[in-house]
Amino acid sequence: MLKINQLHKSYPIGDSSLHVLKGIDISVEEGEMVAIMGSSGSGKSTLLNIIGMLDEADTGDYILDGLPIKNLTEKKAAVYRNKFLGFIFQSFNLINYKNAIENVALPLYYQGIKRKERIEKAKFHLQKVGLLDWADHLPKELSGGQKQRVAIARALAANPKLLLADEPTGALDTKTSHEIMAFIQSLNDEGKTILMVTHEEDIANMCKRIVRLRDGVIMEDKKVNQVRAEQYV
Amino acid sequence: MLKFLLERDTWQEIFDSLGKNKLRSILTMVGVWWGILLLIGLLGSARGLENAFNRLFGDFATNTVFVWGQSTDQAFKGFQKGRQVSLSLNDAKSIEANVEGVEFVLPRSQQTVSATRNFLSGSFQMAGDYPLLDQLQKKNLIHGRFINQNDINDRKKVVVISEDSYQQLFEKDEEAIGTYIEINDINFKVIGVFEVGNVNMGPRTDMHVPFTTFQQIYNRGDKIGWMMITGQPEYDIKQIETDVKLMLKNLNDIHPEDERAFGSFNLGKEFKKMTGFLVGMQFLTWFVGIATLIAGVFAIGNILLITVKERTKEIGVRRALGATPYEIKRQIVTEAVFLTLMAGLLGIITGGWILIIMDYFFGQGPDAAIVNASVSIAVVFLALLILVALGTLIGLIPAFKATSIKPIEALREE
Repeated sequence: MLKINQLHKSYPIGDSSLHVLKGIDISVEEGEMVAIMGSSGSGKSTLLNIIGMLDEADTGDYILDGLPIKNLTEKKAAVYRNKFLGFIFQSFNLINYKNAIENVALPLYYQGIKRKERIEKAKFHLQKVGLLDWADHLPKELSGGQKQRVAIARALAANPKLLLADEPTGALDTKTSHEIMAFIQSLNDEGKTILMVTHEEDIANMCKRIVRLRDGVIMEDKKVNQVRAEQYV
Repeated sequence: MLKFLLERDTWQEIFDSLGKNKLRSILTMVGVWWGILLLIGLLGSARGLENAFNRLFGDFATNTVFVWGQSTDQAFKGFQKGRQVSLSLNDAKSIEANVEGVEFVLPRSQQTVSATRNFLSGSFQMAGDYPLLDQLQKKNLIHGRFINQNDINDRKKVVVISEDSYQQLFEKDEEAIGTYIEINDINFKVIGVFEVGNVNMGPRTDMHVPFTTFQQIYNRGDKIGWMMITGQPEYDIKQIETDVKLMLKNLNDIHPEDERAFGSFNLGKEFKKMTGFLVGMQFLTWFVGIATLIAGVFAIGNILLITVKERTKEIGVRRALGATPYEIKRQIVTEAVFLTLMAGLLGIITGGWILIIMDYFFGQGPDAAIVNASVSIAVVFLALLILVALGTLIGLIPAFKATSIKPIEALREE
């Protein structure tokens, strides 16, 4: 599904440069649910951004679903992002002047799908996150948990192969976090491959595999027994 | 691109993003709207002033110089200095025949008279005139007619009086045509009443009688008061004035360098000054209008830049969701063009209203300050076209800026 070989990335800081990723090797199979952990500055977000094609690696190979991701034009990257990836952000990143259903339908708009079909699909995904009744509400009229669920519905709308979540519960209280995690787990149960960055141990334990980064290298990569989030809900 | 413009989704996106950011959109539009409004207002009123000016002077042959005799300031050919010079009909004929570029020479004589009718009387300026006067300085006749050739040939005792004279000599609503008034003890038949215009060239005249009648009654022989000389349009009236004076000096035994012998007033020269002023005003209008438009366009660009900064995150999100840079640029530019176009059209409409209001308050009646204030549609649309083109160009700057930021930077938290 996803294969990364000797990935390096550094950022220029003034005259010197900061070597953030120092040779990452990782592969993720279909249906996995991986937590990437690490303290801040460990390079976990950078890794996620590179996987999400939002950022580019300096050297190393990255193969997504058999496609080498290298030297992409912005246009190609956009098309791949749209087709293969769904993003879930810590701060939801909903477009504040669009209501829930329009937000969900946005990736479909960029796929060039007709409006009627778009709304149809968006409805289906909103239904799935249990917010169909809130379809006409603007983000500011929704609670944090509801916003994140709309964001998840949006990430799912284009039916991506890989879901990327950057601290998806970072802005939520514990109870809501568990609800969201329960939902993400159910998505994984249905077969979605999920990659998430988190620094919370209990959230990471709700995944099936934990990859720990420190100073740009993988310290530990282990499978764990998944803690089901439902029991806390 | 056409398909893009015809799609409902496109407009949905534009209306969403503009509609949900009303203040910003309105501020953007105000710049352009104001520019177009000013351009139309200025051009319209300049045109209105020009029209008013043309209406005032339209009845005059403006390529005209008035010449009269004064007294010499140099002794010449045995004549002492200080000799009174008066023009004669022969002078007029010679000028008409010999000076290059002269179209008409109209001799006139004038003097103060007292006129009475029944128990009403007054003092008036009466002139002896040829029918040609009506052609060079259109007389606006309310009743009756002007002097004609028969009146001249038969030296008829007929008079055309001004409306003011009529009011002095007649009771209200009294019929004037065909009645007689006594001018310096001689009865004249009233054949016309004319309206006094706003602009008078030469001395004020209350009454016109046939030139020949005038000359006979006042024993003028062939001495005339002054003459109006009209040049053909393609000739320079200043040159004609010089030529005429030189010829007159020659005919009347006056030193060629005598400056005082003949007085003159060159209407053509004065008129040119006025039209020069109009041209200057039009230039100024265009300058101010276009400068305002450009300022408006920059206002758009500025606000779009701020907008893009404000929407950096949104643009990052859209790109994460699969919007290509082209799609982002296209949206921003379309928004810019749409805003400019709408604001421009609004400016045209309100500018039109301003002209209508201007016309209503200043454009009514015969002595209106602004006549038919208007702008040509072609000019308006050209301005709009320029505006939209500039709007597009200026919209490209923020659009490129927006897509030059990597999505990751746009999405970075805080």
